[in-house]
Amino acid sequence: MQTKPYRRKQYWNRPTMSWWERAYLPEIVRGLAITGGVFLKNMGRWVTLRKGALTTYYPEEMRADYARRNRGKHVLTQRPDGRPQCIACNMCATVCPAKVIEIEAAFDPDDPAHPKYPARFEIDYSRCVFCGLCVEACPEDAIRMVKEVPDLPSHDRQHMWLSLDELLTWQPQRDVAKPYPPKGPVSGGGS
Amino acid sequence: MMQDLVVNLVFIGYAVAVLLLFGTVLTWVERKQAAIMSDRIGANRAYVRIPFTQIKLVWWGLFHGLADGLKMMLKEDFRPNAHDRFAYAIAPWVVFTPVLLVFSVIPFGGLLVPAKLAPALSSWFGDRSYPMQIARVDAGLLVVFAFGGLTIVGAMLAGWSSSNKFSLLGALRAGSQMISYELIMGLTVLGLILIYGTVDLTLIAQKQSGVLLGFLPAWGIFLQPFAAILFLTAAIAENKRIPFDLPEAESELIAGYFTEYSAMKMGLFMFAEFIEIAIIAALFTTLFLGGYNLPFMTDEGFALPGGRLVPLPHTAVVVLQLAVFLVKVLIMSSFQILVRWTLPRFRWDQLLRFAWKFMFPLALANLIVTVVVVWALQG
Repeated sequence: MQTKPYRRKQYWNRPTMSWWERAYLPEIVRGLAITGGVFLKNMGRWVTLRKGALTTYYPEEMRADYARRNRGKHVLTQRPDGRPQCIACNMCATVCPAKVIEIEAAFDPDDPAHPKYPARFEIDYSRCVFCGLCVEACPEDAIRMVKEVPDLPSHDRQHMWLSLDELLTWQPQRDVAKPYPPKGPVSGGGS
Repeated sequence: MMQDLVVNLVFIGYAVAVLLLFGTVLTWVERKQAAIMSDRIGANRAYVRIPFTQIKLVWWGLFHGLADGLKMMLKEDFRPNAHDRFAYAIAPWVVFTPVLLVFSVIPFGGLLVPAKLAPALSSWFGDRSYPMQIARVDAGLLVVFAFGGLTIVGAMLAGWSSSNKFSLLGALRAGSQMISYELIMGLTVLGLILIYGTVDLTLIAQKQSGVLLGFLPAWGIFLQPFAAILFLTAAIAENKRIPFDLPEAESELIAGYFTEYSAMKMGLFMFAEFIEIAIIAALFTTLFLGGYNLPFMTDEGFALPGGRLVPLPHTAVVVLQLAVFLVKVLIMSSFQILVRWTLPRFRWDQLLRFAWKFMFPLALANLIVTVVVVWALQG
């Protein structure tokens, strides 16, 4: 059987080099100039105590380019006296597809308007899928998501839980829905 | 007699310390420079904690070299079943030792007169003087090439003895590549030998402290710019680094001729490579960049182009020469690392074609032009 001789495939745009590029050395020098220029620029930034790299140190620094609508972690909103808005109705825990929210309700006889409050409100971030359904389900606007991510690098899952005290650290300067910041302890009843 | 022994022991200690320091620091320089060139930070997590405190010294990742060394010491020394025991064991040393030996003929400073350093030394040393290098050999450059050619024996031994196809391929590549580029290195240096009329590295360094055309320092790079470029290229190829790293091309041959080496034996190959960067830089400095001298500087002081003489005290000259040599070597090492992180690897046929069809004729042409010019000038 006759086999055809091998022919190298021809592309429609053959790579062409000018004689200047084929002389090799000028292009090598140009490449070295580019990389050396980048090196000198970045080095100049480092020696003048600025950062000459795009890298973010992971646990120590937070990257600057999270979107405003990024769902990074949960926060619990607060009443004017600083207590959580949450009424421990368990709707978020029910709707949660990953079943990561654990709420333990308690009774507060001093507040007739909101007798139920969460004694324990914990979220397991090792399983959370950041879907935001808990925010949708909340009837009291008590849980929201913010763009920051929790500082949770850890060696085991036990240390990836956020509890009430960390969830209540949200202190915005102003908010469209609520009088923020909370005005300190107000005795007797809520809104 | 005793004085010579003491001085030479000091020189040897200095040379070994400098080489080992360069070998360690260049791993760090390579990491950091590569990182900074590509907008990264580079290795910066290894630290030394001061005992009984929580103070952690990071020092820009300088301790990563230490961590690497420790890791290589503690790793299992794995050997393949069918290796040739003797050749396998000596191969890393055959690579490592000649690299260190090359430095013995490279002058790292001018003439040292101990009596002028401190009055207390003058009674013991008298008017003895020592050139600052370990071995003052007439045939310095030839010694460099003799020892430089030995490293290839180690590479081939390593490849043959570890009974691995990749190692063998790497060794074959190392052999043909290093023979090709050794030739080009020799040819480029011939031009310099013709101009200076000597192969003694100390004399070559001294002859570069003059003035050229009234304003240029008489450095080899201005006398033989073409040869300088070719020499540096061939030297990087000798050292088997990117873009000439085909003997150890990891995407083709795993690690080439030292595939079957582990732990500190592999570390020796790496260490030899990094020390050879410093050696090449030192050789280039001595041959083309005026050696241990600043421009227009001699052992007495500065002889500026206008005919003015600025004498310097002997201690200042010695310190300046040692420092200048180290700085030049560091700059040239840094340049080699820049080349390594800029250019892509050659293909194998390109590599040999580049050697024999591009650099070899250029080196020959350079030599012929030099011969004609030297002959015309000498009449």
